[in-house]
Amino acid sequence: MNAFVRIVWLVVRKDLTVEVRSREVIYTTVFFAVTVVLVFAFALVREGRALGDAAAGILWIAIAFAGTLALGRTFERERQAETLRALLLAPADRPAIYVGKLVGIVVLLVATELVLVPLIAFLFQAPLFSQPLWLTAVLLTGTLGYCAVGTLFAAMLVRARSRDVLLPVLLYPITIPVIIAGVRGTAALLEPTPDVAIIRFWVSLLVAFDTVFVTLALWTFEPLMTD
Amino acid sequence: MTIDFEELTVQNVSRHFGRRKALAGISFVARAGGILGLLGPNGAGKSTLLALLATLLQPSAGTIRYGKLAVVGDAGRSDESKGGAALRARIGMLGHDLYLYPELTARENLTFFAALYGAHDAAGAADDALARARLSERGDDPVSSFSRGMRQRVALERALIHSPRLLLLDEPFTGLDEASVGALIVRLRELRDTGAIVILATHDLDVVDGLFDEAVFIRDGRMIETMERPEALRATYRSVMARGRA
Repeated sequence: MNAFVRIVWLVVRKDLTVEVRSREVIYTTVFFAVTVVLVFAFALVREGRALGDAAAGILWIAIAFAGTLALGRTFERERQAETLRALLLAPADRPAIYVGKLVGIVVLLVATELVLVPLIAFLFQAPLFSQPLWLTAVLLTGTLGYCAVGTLFAAMLVRARSRDVLLPVLLYPITIPVIIAGVRGTAALLEPTPDVAIIRFWVSLLVAFDTVFVTLALWTFEPLMTD
Repeated sequence: MTIDFEELTVQNVSRHFGRRKALAGISFVARAGGILGLLGPNGAGKSTLLALLATLLQPSAGTIRYGKLAVVGDAGRSDESKGGAALRARIGMLGHDLYLYPELTARENLTFFAALYGAHDAAGAADDALARARLSERGDDPVSSFSRGMRQRVALERALIHSPRLLLLDEPFTGLDEASVGALIVRLRELRDTGAIVILATHDLDVVDGLFDEAVFIRDGRMIETMERPEALRATYRSVMARGRA
């Protein structure tokens, strides 16, 4: 196996094993995301009908908030016993460590989305499953873009005293394009007759954001983590 | 690319964080088959110096030479980026925090780090490490269920799993009982005999008395004195620090 892929796999497997043992991040993330959706459902759904594209907006708000929580907790875990230092001390490609952490967080967030999407479809009477492949494409590309930036910032801020405040303050403005593309792409899926060309446009935009964000993160992770 | 070195040379190394100077003008040489002690009060800069030696930080000025490979501060171009991974493969570090995942078992921790360091048989390396830590029977228990002494033994073997040339230890005796301290000292002497460069920062002067081949005394980020094979370490430390204040 290629050395880069081997390191990615080691880090992902380790992160998922730790999560399976503790279930700390998945429980808190799902609980928080479901709470957000329920609050909005009570506020915005009247007589079984939600306002306009509310379902799309709520889905991405829940993903963004839950994602911030997952990012914070995942790196807090690495900080507590200084294991992030141990990872950086290893003679492994540091970008591979970044990708490993990124994949681990994407998997956790996708698991949260598996609960969120049916819940929103039910509470908001939203036809989210009318185009399952496009829905998967929008969610995966949006989640990847959001987590690509989030993983970099969470790793950078791991030693900052006010990291819990700084992470959302830095992350939300930069990931606004991803959230907007995610919301518009999801809203396009909710149209009575979804226009595939519009959905494809938003997914392409998300792929472009992912490419830029992942490339920048791979490029900057090593220098940012060295000092 | 493989790197090996028999000498670590620290030349006039300084490190500042913004306007705060953590270290200034530190120079010493540590040789293979020797244990060098970094001694000084809290905030003296010992942990910063260990982080510099581990390549986790870059010096603001001065040079750290691992044999022929030089890591240079702001004044010059660092070679670390070229030899980075190969150099890190020769360095082991045991921090004040133990760098272990408490949710994983001792075996899983050691297997993970052995694989990360590129061991061909990570499971075998982990078994050997557990045997050296005298924890083979507890290998499948989560590290969170271990006592401080047991965790420390696993952490030391984690730091040594790739047979590093340079071993850096930051306060390794904290929270250990007498038996664990004795076992750690025996292990450090073994490492010295196998040709490792051991650099150890500690406050526990009584337990390391007679252990060091060389001691570097640091106060407020400055090197006050170096001494070969220091005897009566506590009294020596008091006298050196009193001179440093004067």
